[in-house]
Amino acid sequence: MKRLLSKHFWADKDIQQLIGKQLRVGVITSSIIVFLGGVVYLYRHGHEAPNYGTFAGVRQGLDNLPGIFTGIMEGKGMNVIQLGIVLLIATPIIRIGLSVFAFLLEKDYLYVVITLIVLGVITFSMVGGLERL
Amino acid sequence: MTILSFTLILLAGAFLAGLLGSLTGLGGGVVIIPLLTLGFHVDIRYAIGTALIASIATSSGSASAYVKEGITNIRLGMFLEIATTTGAVVGALIAVFIPTNVVAIIFGCVLIFSALMSFRKKSEAISDDDVSKLARDLRLNGTYPSGGEVVSYKVRHVPGGYFMMTFAGVMSGLLGIGSGALKVLAMDNIMRIPFKVSTTTSNFMIGVTAAASAVVYLQRGYVSPGLCMPVVLGVLLGAFGGSRLLVKANTKWLRIVFGVVITFLALQMIYNGLNGKL
Repeated sequence: MKRLLSKHFWADKDIQQLIGKQLRVGVITSSIIVFLGGVVYLYRHGHEAPNYGTFAGVRQGLDNLPGIFTGIMEGKGMNVIQLGIVLLIATPIIRIGLSVFAFLLEKDYLYVVITLIVLGVITFSMVGGLERL
Repeated sequence: MTILSFTLILLAGAFLAGLLGSLTGLGGGVVIIPLLTLGFHVDIRYAIGTALIASIATSSGSASAYVKEGITNIRLGMFLEIATTTGAVVGALIAVFIPTNVVAIIFGCVLIFSALMSFRKKSEAISDDDVSKLARDLRLNGTYPSGGEVVSYKVRHVPGGYFMMTFAGVMSGLLGIGSGALKVLAMDNIMRIPFKVSTTTSNFMIGVTAAASAVVYLQRGYVSPGLCMPVVLGVLLGAFGGSRLLVKANTKWLRIVFGVVITFLALQMIYNGLNGKL
């Protein structure tokens, strides 16, 4: 554990490798989930007619995390796709989180603060109840 | 048309967009909105949500490669992300108050600007003069590997670049695009950063910028799984294929053709916006 936290163990190069890997894993995982959800969705609804001409917002349960999970339990393909999309949105946000950790290990406190500000802006847009506007 | 055939056609269209976008360096996201609105008569609000998700996918996918090569200036990207994310949240907030046909017109203008930017003569004006105290204090100056040697560069006009990045962020949040052209403009022309560094760093920032407004759009119901599924998968496959082809292809003609197509699409977006059809 001590070795994991030492500066030499996590050189600059390693952090770049780690961030690169995390981004790739995030994109691949979410595309697989989107694909699997897509198969279920097309099997259930493939014969229906698409309707995107007038804006009505997505159907209930697709615009929040608890709703997405409820739908997955009911075997709804759309909700599985949406889970993949949420994971995709989370991928660059997780990257920011990793960077906080990386700058902390480098003892670059200025950039720990800068990274936390970015994280703060995203959190604000996430939980700020902006949808009520 | 059934959902099945609609999905397959959209998948093919998104694949082509991703392929051309990666071969020309313009990104696949820019043609997703015209493809959906003009081609499939999808409401522009759904199109914005879909394009935003597609740009997160392509940006994160290609950033993973660049970051590993060590070309991306992570500190510069992180610092400017304060500007782009703030801008993106503001953009997503004001989007509700702007009529959709006005959004279409602004989108058309940004599209034409992006096409013009891709034709511009590239003359590099980087220098190694350490003139900006702010850049020094923020440790923005960096180096990058080029043909076996290490090139160092110094960043200039930090406040001007920051301001331009905020604007790029607003456009990104408002229109659902990566606005890579605006980001590169800020970094090349204002901050005097080498092309290789500015394009990869811009790409690195697009994912986070788009994610900041995507959470707002998701809660607002703009992100429709039925549209995102074929578009995300198609664009990703296309971008991946494009990066494989890039070594062999002669991109000069492709760039011209794609630039003309984009300008044509942009004019049609503006025309429909003026007529109130979008």
